[in-house]
Amino acid sequence: MLDLLAQVELRDRSGEGASCVADDGLCPDWIVDNFDRYTDPLLQHVVLTVVSLAIGFSISFGMALLAHRRRWLVAPITQVTGILYTLPSLAVFFLLLPLTGRGNTTAIIALVSYSLLIIFRNVMAGLDNVPEETKDAGRGMGLTDRQLLWRVELPLALPEILAGLRIAATTTVGLATLAFFAGAGGLGEQIFSDIVFKSNVVTAGGLAVLLAVVLDALILLLQRAVTPWTRARAT
Amino acid sequence: MDQGARHVTTTFAFLGQFGDAFEFIFKGQTTREGTEVGGSQFLELTWEHLKLTFAAMAVACAIAVPLGLWLGHMRKGGFLAISVSNVGRAVPSLALIALFVAFLGTGFANVTLALVLLAVPPILTNAYVAVTQVDPDTVDAAQGMGMTGPEVVRKVELPLALPLIFGGIKTSMVNVIATATIAPLAGINTLGDPIINVSGYGDTGRLAAAICVAALAVFTELALGTVQRAVTPEGLKLSTDSASRRMRLRFGREATT
Amino acid sequence: MKKHRLLAGMLAVLLMLASFTVIACGDDDEESSDSGADTAAEDTSSSAIKSNADNKGVTVTIGSKNFTEQKVLGEIYAQGLEAAGYTVQKELNLGDEKIALKSLEGGEISAYPEYTGTALGSFFGVASNKIPKDPAKAYEQAKAEFAKKDLTALPPTPFTSSNEVGLTGDKAEELGVTKISDLSDKASDLTLYGSPECRQREDCLLGLQRVYGLKFKKFTPVDIALRHEVLDKGQADLSIVFTTDPQIKRNGYVLLEDDKGMFPPYNSMLVVRNDVVEEAGPDMPKVVGQVQEGLTDEVIQELNARVDLDKKTPEQVAGEYLSESGLVE
Repeated sequence: MLDLLAQVELRDRSGEGASCVADDGLCPDWIVDNFDRYTDPLLQHVVLTVVSLAIGFSISFGMALLAHRRRWLVAPITQVTGILYTLPSLAVFFLLLPLTGRGNTTAIIALVSYSLLIIFRNVMAGLDNVPEETKDAGRGMGLTDRQLLWRVELPLALPEILAGLRIAATTTVGLATLAFFAGAGGLGEQIFSDIVFKSNVVTAGGLAVLLAVVLDALILLLQRAVTPWTRARAT
Repeated sequence: MDQGARHVTTTFAFLGQFGDAFEFIFKGQTTREGTEVGGSQFLELTWEHLKLTFAAMAVACAIAVPLGLWLGHMRKGGFLAISVSNVGRAVPSLALIALFVAFLGTGFANVTLALVLLAVPPILTNAYVAVTQVDPDTVDAAQGMGMTGPEVVRKVELPLALPLIFGGIKTSMVNVIATATIAPLAGINTLGDPIINVSGYGDTGRLAAAICVAALAVFTELALGTVQRAVTPEGLKLSTDSASRRMRLRFGREATT
Repeated sequence: MKKHRLLAGMLAVLLMLASFTVIACGDDDEESSDSGADTAAEDTSSSAIKSNADNKGVTVTIGSKNFTEQKVLGEIYAQGLEAAGYTVQKELNLGDEKIALKSLEGGEISAYPEYTGTALGSFFGVASNKIPKDPAKAYEQAKAEFAKKDLTALPPTPFTSSNEVGLTGDKAEELGVTKISDLSDKASDLTLYGSPECRQREDCLLGLQRVYGLKFKKFTPVDIALRHEVLDKGQADLSIVFTTDPQIKRNGYVLLEDDKGMFPPYNSMLVVRNDVVEEAGPDMPKVVGQVQEGLTDEVIQELNARVDLDKKTPEQVAGEYLSESGLVE
């Protein structure tokens, strides 16, 4: 019976000497040849990060606008988001597990809750830093409170707001590497698939760092573009 | 089952699991094979977790605080001191631990080293910024009174910089506690063991460990926050708002409180 | 109206043709539903897996545990079943054996490959020195136990992949040990590294403690992927490795002889939920038998080596195995 089956090619590896790949080394050739392995995890990672940031920003921004007019909200919101910020993400994944199960949802909820404090605090600080004189001038020109907010306060607060977004972005990329513990894939899963192989760890980790740097730079560019008056000042 | 009933059941199941987890933490269980998990065994894991955290923090502070203070006092290396935090934030903790395991191997020393690298940036940046935001007039006055460089640092700049330095230590320590959770990957059994190596602990044990890690982080934040407030000189407490505003505008919001 | 009648007529003819085909093929399938051995004998004429359109409506989710050999096996089963026309989903790399069993019982996966020795020791609480040494008997016992859980354990692979106590060649020379019982007076100075689940297993740490009476200086649990690195980097004196690991030959590890017969046989068998077995019909055990037949000790070691040493993905390697064996074109 077995004779009629084609044979699997067996290689005698006992005599083989050192080989970069077989010795789990850092092999640039291998990385270049096998780079397509990293595109899917990278894409998953990007999606996780961007979605979490978008949701986190929306929630924080909304809360900040609310708290801007109703100052009594600042303390409780800061407390709650502060606790969410302190909780280690890995712990949050598993605290949520009984409720939301494994998958992207759990990861996104955890990543969003981590970023809330950073963005909220920065939006608040940005709005608070608008000089009183400027606001008076605006009111003097007949602007309503709402017009004041959207036409004067927020544009002036943009540098601070976007700075907060930058910090949130870089930290979210880092935390998203743990997302695979919650069943959401990403570059962390790729690191884990061969944690001993230096080329793999360096490539996957390096891509994560690169992603963080790129996001940081993109938001910085956005900031420079929408607030030309701050270009003169060093960041 | 209709939607409403399903939600109620899920909530009760959720609460029930938390109840089980708390029991796991305090009483522990015996697995079928006869090994003890939870209860006092969790104390062992917590101790290991704290050992790793304190070791990393001790080394990190020993390096970062003097360096940050000195660079700040000399008004040198500002770009480095600030950028190190930016770069540090971009490096995922898992990648760092994995890198150390792949290149150096498992073991307490290797993991501590990785954690030190993680802990240094916030402390260094905060120490630098804290010193540079001390009012130059105060420093002038001190020098006018005849204090030498190191004396100025010790008697004037350091006390005024303490709150922000503690802020950096606080941020660092919470980060290290969070990252020590993945130390079991490198063979060090911290509270992350039931989370990463679920075997034997079960889902209940894993949830229990998650609760413990979260509690540890929150406790550290509150405790160090209290210390931070305690070391803030009275005068500074009142002017914190304007000081931090000035600081943020000059240093681009890099310093964290 | 005319057009409708024409269409109806064509449809009727098609249906009749289809039913004839099904009946014709159906007869073959009925014959081969008895046991794996019978069908293999019948298929010597063409060893390739044949796709059966009926299977498309059946979804099979294949799971696996978290080390290379398991991922390769999972891929082989998944790709083999796909070639037979099933709709296959994969949930590989689940975790250790307890997590995998939980996923199976909970329905998240339909099947996963488990080892006879592991099942008996870890799931069914059989003491390691009470597990039958004969692979066939071990399988029969495991099968009977699984049946109580509404799970079907399909016949096992030819290869056996055993846990073993390994150390570097240098260390073995230094200690002068060849058998596990040689460690009895030395164990208190030696560190043993193993997977986290090893702490709870009769065929691992617990067995070494109870059957051989060994008390190690320290047992350190590390991720199963690191079992060789800890030996290479000198952190571990001893490490629990698998007999099918390619690193053993390459790095010159010494496997200590299990002179007291603590380690049970570890043939791999696909454990499937009963409801999936029924739904999948006779093609499933047939295909499983076909893909398993060529998995000898040498072949599985070669496949492991292609993943661990050549750094190919388990998916690629499984595909290579199936095409090199002529099972899938």
